[in-house]
Amino acid sequence: MIAEGGLAALWLAAALSLLQLIMGAVALTPGREEAGAMVRPVAIVQGLLTLLAFAALIAVFVMSDMSVKLVAANSSSMKPLLYKFAGTWGNHEGSMLMWVTILGLAGAAVAIFEHRVSNRMLIATLAAQAAIGLGFFAFLLFSSNPFERLPIPAADGQGLNPLLQDPGLAFHPPTLYLGYVGLSVAFSFAVGALVTREVNAAFARAMRPWVLAAWILLTIGITAGSYWAYYELGWGGWWFWDPVENASLMPWLAATALLHSVTVLATRDSLRAWTVMLAVVAFSMSMVGTFLVRSGILTSVHAFAVDPERGSFILALLALYIGGALALFALRVSTVKEGAQFEAVSREGALVVNNLLLTAILGIVFVGTLYPLFVEALSGEKLSVGPPYFNSAAGPLALLLVALMAAGPLMRWRRDRLKTVLNRMALPILGTAVVLLLVVVFAPPIGVLPTLGLILAVGVGIGSVAPLWGRNLRRTPLFTWGMVVAHLGIAVSLAGMACESAFTKETLVAAKIGETKQVGPFSVRLDDVEPVAGPNWTALEATLTASRNGGTAFVLKPQSRSWPNPPTETSESAISTRWDGQLYTVLGKQDEDGRWQLRLWWKPFVTLIWLGGGMIALGGALSLFGRVRRERRYHDRIAYA
Amino acid sequence: MKGFVLKPSRNLLGEGDRTKCGDRAAGGGNTLRFAPGPSTIPKQGLARILAFALALVATPALADSNLPAAKWANEQLPDPRQEAEARTLMLTLRCIVCQGQSIADSDAELAGDMRAMVRTRIAAGEKPEAIRQWLIERYGQWVSYKPLVEPMTWPLWLAPLVLLGLGAFLARGRFRRHR
Repeated sequence: MIAEGGLAALWLAAALSLLQLIMGAVALTPGREEAGAMVRPVAIVQGLLTLLAFAALIAVFVMSDMSVKLVAANSSSMKPLLYKFAGTWGNHEGSMLMWVTILGLAGAAVAIFEHRVSNRMLIATLAAQAAIGLGFFAFLLFSSNPFERLPIPAADGQGLNPLLQDPGLAFHPPTLYLGYVGLSVAFSFAVGALVTREVNAAFARAMRPWVLAAWILLTIGITAGSYWAYYELGWGGWWFWDPVENASLMPWLAATALLHSVTVLATRDSLRAWTVMLAVVAFSMSMVGTFLVRSGILTSVHAFAVDPERGSFILALLALYIGGALALFALRVSTVKEGAQFEAVSREGALVVNNLLLTAILGIVFVGTLYPLFVEALSGEKLSVGPPYFNSAAGPLALLLVALMAAGPLMRWRRDRLKTVLNRMALPILGTAVVLLLVVVFAPPIGVLPTLGLILAVGVGIGSVAPLWGRNLRRTPLFTWGMVVAHLGIAVSLAGMACESAFTKETLVAAKIGETKQVGPFSVRLDDVEPVAGPNWTALEATLTASRNGGTAFVLKPQSRSWPNPPTETSESAISTRWDGQLYTVLGKQDEDGRWQLRLWWKPFVTLIWLGGGMIALGGALSLFGRVRRERRYHDRIAYA
Repeated sequence: MKGFVLKPSRNLLGEGDRTKCGDRAAGGGNTLRFAPGPSTIPKQGLARILAFALALVATPALADSNLPAAKWANEQLPDPRQEAEARTLMLTLRCIVCQGQSIADSDAELAGDMRAMVRTRIAAGEKPEAIRQWLIERYGQWVSYKPLVEPMTWPLWLAPLVLLGLGAFLARGRFRRHR
């Protein structure tokens, strides 16, 4: 019954989104404005119904209802409760339902909280949100029904991929999806503003918190995903330029650019058309990512051609929404004035260069991810585009962007002088020079990119706190603090990346019981390997005793796990975190001589990568909080006046 | 021939292989995809693996690789400079039975064999780019994460310049000219 209830809620929500779209469109024609009264309530109810459908799916997963096809295919009654729960979105249908749920809830949130824009524009925005929702409801109901029953209930399920049986699964996908789909609000706002011809600073101020919120969640999602891959895969890598990773990076890059251009629009009423365009691009990237991952096209263009139903469906939606938005943009762009021009040396000027570089990096990631698919579809030749391409094509631009990041916030709006900007930057530049000297003199030869990364990180780290100098810190607005913390986070993260790639020590060895091996400053002794059992796995667990330069000993217990359902082996790394880095250990197989494979890494300051990511998200949160609070006060003051 | 992955067919054609490789797409990454989707290794994949395995056997450098675990699959070369060279190369070679992993970070046995081959050849004094070339000639560009510079990949390599040029062209109207 629960499954049928969920399906009914889904159909009802789909019907309401159709109603929301029609009523919204009607209300925009002159003389029929009264139809608009329905749009807000319908959007809220639609959001609640999708939430109900999602809750129903969670319920059948938690209760292990093996008569539901999706549960039987992806769950197992033996799993711990957490993974029954999180397993709801550990599969195609469930994750698409989560996608649609967030889309519906985002629409409902706009309907409830948004009071800054004109009623007409709000209605147009909600109608656009409903139009997106409608397509994805159709996708779920016609080609990916999560509530389908089996004719005969299965005895037990086929289980969840063991790599997914990690607490990360409970948090990572929802966070990332909230970010992806949150960008739909920016898209709908852009469409709404184009339809009602209200592309102006007020529109930018209304859109900004939504973009910021989505961007914060994307940042957290990407950071957490990177750490998850790092400890779960057991090879010590933290970013692979994998197409699936790129699918999450592209919306983030677009949202970052949007975040900066929307500030120019809100503050200076300039860059109107460009900001609208970026809002369209940002959510388009979310949909491209969904298409890449959900269509199976990444595995092989041929797999897509053999079973094209889902892929074609998403591709058609993609063409419809992106094409539609771009057509609307082309029709209306002549009525949108770009606003005032500006001096090259000014805050606006720096932000334009920021946007230019971010968009170029986005373009490189986009081309690098999609071009191999394009070539394969056309000629059958299979290309691989990986780290060497992305690092050499996007790396220099990214470093340039980071360098500019130190200068931008030190420039004044409207107009500034190069000389005074350089004066303000004296200390960061000095810091960069000192570190460059230290690296050249003391460090062993490291690559060009890590060297540049390291020296820039220090210079930019100093530069990013420079906007606070000489200010009364208690009266500095919260969103300025947010900017400083986020920019500092970029520098911290960059320092981590540079240290990891320059100074990592690796030891891959076969060790007998009792043997001691060296990795960087640590000596690691293999004491023992013993079998252990968990709730739904068995494992061989090594006991490693490590000490740093003969200091206090500590124990690490990496495992090699075997899972019966589905039959798989995974390695669970054991990581010891120090203040200045991580010791990363993995247990491999036993060879014929009875020796155990060990993989040991000492990764100095690797933790800075994710600490920086967290700071970036924190900066975003401070900024969001500061903006919302300031606006509320402003409104209160108007109300009292 | 125990060193090769030709054991259970499930490993080559079914879900097993994905997890064996540590399927980033399903597991670790910053992913939209969390699910074991439809089976990932197409038939073509099997042909490639067989071709690869046969070619390895035919290679003199790997004459002793029919020992159980290839010697250099999981052990470093004694010379740190050579090992660094090998590692840099391995990070840019694709494990052809996995989904999107380099041979330097894959649990698949085939990746181990490829690592052993790379280390053996580096130790014998071969240049990394020569090894890459050798692999590309046999298995196509798929095996290398570093696209060649040739007419087919020109769009890739020109993209950054074109994008920057286009962006600068679009942005130029925004800046006020000084008289």
